[in-house]
Amino acid sequence: MSLSAHEITWTAQGRPIVDGITVEIPPGGLTGLLGPNGSGKSTLLRLLAGLMRPRGGTVLLDGHDLNGLPRRGVARRLAVVAQEVNTDVEMTVLDVVLLGRIPHRGRTAASGAQDLSLARQALRQCGMAELEHRRWSTLSGGERQRVNIARALAQEPSELLLDEPTNHLDIVHQLALLDMLAATPVTVVTALHDLNLAAQYCDHLLLLHEGRLVAGGSPGEVLTEQWLERVYRVRAEVTTSATGRPCLRFLGPLDRPHRAVR
Amino acid sequence: MTARTVTATRRLSTILAIVVGILLLAMSITAASVVGAAGLSPAAVLRTVAVHAGLPVEPLPALDDGIVWELRLPRVLLAVLVGGGLSVCGAVLQALTRNPLADPYLLGISSGASTGAVAVLVLGIGTGAMALSTGAFAGSLLAFGCVLAVIGRGTGGSIRVVLTGVVVSQLFSALTSLIVIWAGDAQSTRGVTFWLLGSLASSNWASVGLCAAAGAAGVLICWLASPSLDAFAFGREAAASLGITPARTEITLFATTALTTAVLVAASGAIGFVGLITPHAVRALTGGRHRVLLPACALCGGLFLLVADTVARAAFAPREIPVGVLTALIGVPAFAVIMWRRKDMPA
Repeated sequence: MSLSAHEITWTAQGRPIVDGITVEIPPGGLTGLLGPNGSGKSTLLRLLAGLMRPRGGTVLLDGHDLNGLPRRGVARRLAVVAQEVNTDVEMTVLDVVLLGRIPHRGRTAASGAQDLSLARQALRQCGMAELEHRRWSTLSGGERQRVNIARALAQEPSELLLDEPTNHLDIVHQLALLDMLAATPVTVVTALHDLNLAAQYCDHLLLLHEGRLVAGGSPGEVLTEQWLERVYRVRAEVTTSATGRPCLRFLGPLDRPHRAVR
Repeated sequence: MTARTVTATRRLSTILAIVVGILLLAMSITAASVVGAAGLSPAAVLRTVAVHAGLPVEPLPALDDGIVWELRLPRVLLAVLVGGGLSVCGAVLQALTRNPLADPYLLGISSGASTGAVAVLVLGIGTGAMALSTGAFAGSLLAFGCVLAVIGRGTGGSIRVVLTGVVVSQLFSALTSLIVIWAGDAQSTRGVTFWLLGSLASSNWASVGLCAAAGAAGVLICWLASPSLDAFAFGREAAASLGITPARTEITLFATTALTTAVLVAASGAIGFVGLITPHAVRALTGGRHRVLLPACALCGGLFLLVADTVARAAFAPREIPVGVLTALIGVPAFAVIMWRRKDMPA
C-alpha cells in the first residue's frame, strides 16, 4: 500500500498552482499538508486523489499510474473529503453515508445489511450515530462536515485524503476528529490550517509555498521559526511541549503595516 | 431491529409497493377506458381486452369493441407511457445537471420536434400522421445533434449543458416561427398550435408499441444507472471520488433521455409540466434515492398524465382541450399541496 507523486504539476491560466512536487506518503501515518492560502494544498490533494490528471508527472498508487486505474477500483481504497460539499437533494444522514458504499456494491444492488452496519459504524466513529434519520438540509455546517467524513470512512479506504476537515468544527469535535484520524490504521493526508493542531497530532508534515514543497519531515523539523517566517510571513516563538512536540506562539506579522502616529 | 431484519422488511415493502403500483395502474387504465361518450362498463372493457388476448370470451358488438380497442385503450396506454417516460427523463436530467428546473426538453428535444412537425404540416413534406411523427423525431435528433456539437468533447459541467440546450432551443424556435410565418395559413397555424401544446388524440397501437419499447428501454437504462445518479448529489467531483466516471455517465444518460423523449414527443407533441414537476413531487414522498425514485416517477407520471388526459377529453366534451394545458391546470394545485405539507423542503 503506497501513494506517491513524482514531479507532478498543475497550471491554471498559465500560472503554476502545483509546481513539480515529488512526495512519498508514509503508509499508515497521519500526514499534515500545510501552507498559506493559495499555496496549492487543495490542488495537490485533488491530484493525489486522481480527481484531476496532472499536466506533468505521475501519481502512483501501489506503483501503478493512478490515472490509468479504473475509477471504481480506486474509489474502493481511496476516499476524499472535499471542502464545503453541499446538495439540494433531500437525503437523510444515513443516505449520505451509504453513498460511500456505492463503489463496493454490485452495480445494480440495493444497499444490504453489511452496507448498513458499516455506515452506522462510520457514523458512530464520527459521533453522529444519534442523527442518522436527520435530513441533510437541517444539519449545521459542522454536522455536515462530520457526516461527510463518515461517508468517506464507509468507503473503507486504505488511503484517506481530507481538505481542511476541521473547518466549521467546535474545538471538541476538532480534537475528537484528529484523535480518530491519528488512531486509525488508514494512511491519512489532511490539509490543516491550525498549525498547533498539526504539531500536536501529525506524524509527518508537508509544507507548501507557492506550489512547491519546501519542507517535509516531523513536526519538529518543519514547524521552525525560520520556516514560519519564510512561508507564513509571521514571527513566532516555538517551544517544545512535554510530549516532545513543537508548541507555537504567534507574535505578529513579519511585515507589520505602518501604524498611524498617535 | 438488526440490520438483517431491516433489509428483509425493506424487501417485503418493495414487493408490496410494486404489487400495489401495478394494481393501481390496471384499475386506473380500466376506469379511464370507461370514460367517454359511449357508455361502456368496466366489465365491457375487461371483456374486450380478454377477447384480444385470445381468451374464450363472448366478444362485444363490433362497434363497442372498436371504441374500446381502437380508440380508448391506445390513448389511455399512450398517456401512461408518455407521462411515465417524461417523468423519469426529467428526474434523470435534474440529477445529472443538479438543476431543479431541468426537464426532458432541456436538450432541445421539444423545439427540434416542433420544427420537424411544422415542416411536415406547413411545408407539406410527406403526409399523414406517420409523416408528422417522423418529422418530429427527425427534428429532435437534429436539435440534440446540435447540442452535442456545441458542447463538444467532454460535457464540462452542467452550466455549459443547460446553456447550450437553451441556445439550441432558441434557434429551433426561431426556425419554427420562420416556417410558420413564411409558408403557413390560418388552418395550419391552428394545427401547429395544437401540436405544440401536446395531444394524445392521434394515438394508435403503432405509437403505443414504439413508446412502450423506447420508454421501457430508456427507463431501464436510467434505472441501472441509479447508483451513479445518487453519487451526483454532491456534484461531479464527489461522483468521481465514489468511482463514477462523470463524463461517461453524462453522455450515456443524456443520449438515453434524449432518444426516449424524442420518441415520446413524436407520438404526443411536447406535453409540458409532467417531466418538470412529477420528479419534485415524487422526491418529496420517496426521498432522493434513484433506485426507488425512478420507478415511482414512472408510476406517478403515468397516472398523472392518464388522469389529465381523461379530464381533457371528457370534461368539456364534445370539445377537447389540449392535454398540455390541463397538466398545468391540475399539476400546479397538486404541487402546491405537496409544497405546503413539506414547508421545510430545501429551496
